[in-house]
Amino acid sequence: MKFDRPAGHNPIDQLRVVGKPTDRIEGRLKTTGTAPYAYERHDVVPDQAYGFVVGSPVPKGHIERIDIRGAKASPGVIAVVTTLDMPRLEKGPMNAAYLFGGAEIQHYHQAIAIVVANSFEQARAAASLIRVNITGQSGQFDLSTQVADAPLAHGKIPPLDRVGDFDSAFATAPVTFDQTYTTPDQSHAMMEPHATIAAWEGGKVTLWTSNQMIAWARRDVATALKIPPENVRVDSPYIGGGFGGKLFLRADAVLAALGARAAGRPVKVALTHPFLMNNTTHRAATIQRIRIGATRDGKITAIAHESTSGNLAGGGPEAAVSQTRLLYAGANRLTSMRLAHLDLPEGSSMRAPGEAAGMMALEIAMDEAAEQLGMDPVQFRILNDTQVDPEKPDRQFSRRQLVKCLQLGATHFGWNRRNSRPAAVREGDWLIGMGVAAGFRNNLVTKSGARVRLGDGGLVTVETDMTDIGTGSYTIIAQTAAEMLGVELGQVKVSLGDSDSPVSAGSGGQWGANNATAGVYAACVKLRRTVARKLGLDPDMAIFAGGHVQAGGRHFGLADATRDGELVCEDAIEYGDLDKKYQQSTFAGHFVEVAVDAFTGEIRVRRMLAVCSAGRILNPKSARSQVIGAMTMGVGAALMEELAVDRSRGYFVNHDLAGYEVPVHADIPHQDVIFLDEVDPISSPMKAKGVGELGLCGVSAAVANAVYNATGVRVRSYPITLDKYLDHLPQVL
Amino acid sequence: MTVNFEVNGIARSLTVDTRTTLLDALREHLQLTGTKKGCDHGQCGACTVIADGRRINACLSLAVMHEGRKVTTIEGLGTPDLLHPVQAAFIRHDGYQCGYCTPGQICSAIAVLQEIRAGIPSHATEDLMARPQATNMEMRERMSGNICRCGAYSNIAQAMAEVAGVKA
Repeated sequence: MKFDRPAGHNPIDQLRVVGKPTDRIEGRLKTTGTAPYAYERHDVVPDQAYGFVVGSPVPKGHIERIDIRGAKASPGVIAVVTTLDMPRLEKGPMNAAYLFGGAEIQHYHQAIAIVVANSFEQARAAASLIRVNITGQSGQFDLSTQVADAPLAHGKIPPLDRVGDFDSAFATAPVTFDQTYTTPDQSHAMMEPHATIAAWEGGKVTLWTSNQMIAWARRDVATALKIPPENVRVDSPYIGGGFGGKLFLRADAVLAALGARAAGRPVKVALTHPFLMNNTTHRAATIQRIRIGATRDGKITAIAHESTSGNLAGGGPEAAVSQTRLLYAGANRLTSMRLAHLDLPEGSSMRAPGEAAGMMALEIAMDEAAEQLGMDPVQFRILNDTQVDPEKPDRQFSRRQLVKCLQLGATHFGWNRRNSRPAAVREGDWLIGMGVAAGFRNNLVTKSGARVRLGDGGLVTVETDMTDIGTGSYTIIAQTAAEMLGVELGQVKVSLGDSDSPVSAGSGGQWGANNATAGVYAACVKLRRTVARKLGLDPDMAIFAGGHVQAGGRHFGLADATRDGELVCEDAIEYGDLDKKYQQSTFAGHFVEVAVDAFTGEIRVRRMLAVCSAGRILNPKSARSQVIGAMTMGVGAALMEELAVDRSRGYFVNHDLAGYEVPVHADIPHQDVIFLDEVDPISSPMKAKGVGELGLCGVSAAVANAVYNATGVRVRSYPITLDKYLDHLPQVL
Repeated sequence: MTVNFEVNGIARSLTVDTRTTLLDALREHLQLTGTKKGCDHGQCGACTVIADGRRINACLSLAVMHEGRKVTTIEGLGTPDLLHPVQAAFIRHDGYQCGYCTPGQICSAIAVLQEIRAGIPSHATEDLMARPQATNMEMRERMSGNICRCGAYSNIAQAMAEVAGVKA
């Protein structure tokens, strides 16, 4: 189905099932421990052996020799495969670092061997006996020393983008603001480490794995192993968190396949949790300079956002300036991205790549500029709202209610109780502050397919390679099919994550919900017409409701259409150029209240509110969860998350969950979310957009702004830890 | 080495490597995969089970240490057709997303509510002479060894408050 005109009225608009707060259909499995994750699939293939991955002990160098004799002789060992056994394996287009093969080391903990044994304990013990001789090489590990020489970063987004004449406008602006902010390297730190069971059958391999993008995984496994894609099957029905860290093929999958081939039996591999930080990918650190020129009454006339990040050869920049091209008005604009070469592990996508880090800086800058202008920060943002793409003023936003998000949020949060003078509110030992930030993230549309089966008794089965990484895909897909075919939710079964099913949008970039359900919509439209024809009804007139189909006064049970056997329809949603004609984005107002201990500086987040404008909300229950989860990650980014770089040894030191701190229960208060009642007919027949990343973008700045309001100390280097502000706190006695 | 213990009310006898953790004994030997392996070194709580009535990180405990003990895992608390009230409350309040930390959260939640009922104090207990109450901060403090990277904390707090019969 081609979607090239704004959606008119369609069966989804009934909102009989879609749009209702709905418990997850897989909830009983997840809460009872019966949902099967990658490493746990004892039932899929017998005789599984255990693989254990060995990582490089240095960040850069050339391997001279790997001594596997001790490992080979260790009890229970079946096979050892080392990176010297083969040339570099080819990698997919989205990976920068090589996953395996060859003698060159590109980063710390890059995989250099796998040991396969009869038990996990045996494999782990044998892995510790591998001896490696490496000629080390010096590398670059410090972004701050590379900034001056970093070249412009060429990629999907223009590395240097000018509109109007920023330099002149900034030079002549009555009020100017110029500050630099830093964001650190951050880890996805998902709960389930990357894991795969691999089994060969002749030249064909099946991977039971944990991956957000099934079709990409299949393609990249085929590339790495030099086999045709049709000889690869990937199955990933449950994924214990991804956040972008499982978008692209990782070493667990490649090494499980290589280990299984060498061992002659199925092999299961899980990366250890410390490997998440240094073997896989992370969100790269940034240094961002923001300049704002404005009139005395607060109209932005010039805005510049320049960001520098680092990566390995072949890797891209952290696109931290993306939102600044779209979020606020202003005739004269400049954005640029520079990319330094660093020999740290690969920087890649983490939840809201670009905007998450960019908004961390931009939305503090807006707070600072508002204060400099003597304006309320909510009003300053509202004054500089734009309803058109500021770079191409004839291009409108499909739907943009940022102003309403901010106004409604201010009312609900009690923003009028905020004292604009910092460090002026005290409750006992606590300094109290409120902060606000805008939220912004684009809505991306991409082809997505699905197959729908109508079987015995009117049971509907949806099959697509879409994944559910905790986002709620299972449930919204079931809701979509139930709505389209006029059946109850319980009549719909959903099969996800199998590469034998039609290729979907997959999970990433908050594009999953809208595109994947639109693909199911397309397949259901086809099935409705097939059913109608089967029953001799006019397909254009048929009404599907209550398990029945009727048209022209004739009336059948839906199951009657299957009397000659199951009906199967497959289709995909494909998009025209509506995303070119219109800018499709999602918006939020984030509000945070913090209390800072006047004596110790301890920061407690007391209240949080997000007001979101994101098209139709398909399942308000799971969508709200996406947003509160993102808000939680935003608190982590603001207050604690930082991969600490060892600048001499070239790796992330705090490579576990004790050293890399993420928010825990005690850190997170009750969170409120309001979704504006909105549909966006430009986005898809579902009229929905994404929320999972919107909920993160801006939150950290709202926390930072609240800390400033509480204490009067402005920290421009995330995370906001005690060492950066304790000695600047107001006098308490 | 052989270990005899009771798992979810069933007597089990296993021959395990002395290095085998309780977590791997459950997941790999008994194929009770409801208990999750996250960090595998006591930092995330995904492997929380209840051993002789107390919650523990199964990854930090060797299987052979459990001779003669009673272990309850998520599978022993409820089934998809017969949920434990805490499991049902997690579903109602959407107290999970990816589901990987969920069995550990639920085991911890059940144990936390029992600990509070038993009068065991925590870091957040303000008056050590009074019986602790199932307040929001008391429960959040005690649950803080169970990380949820998806960030379902606010919903878990509501699910626990409902089961405890208090306001979230």
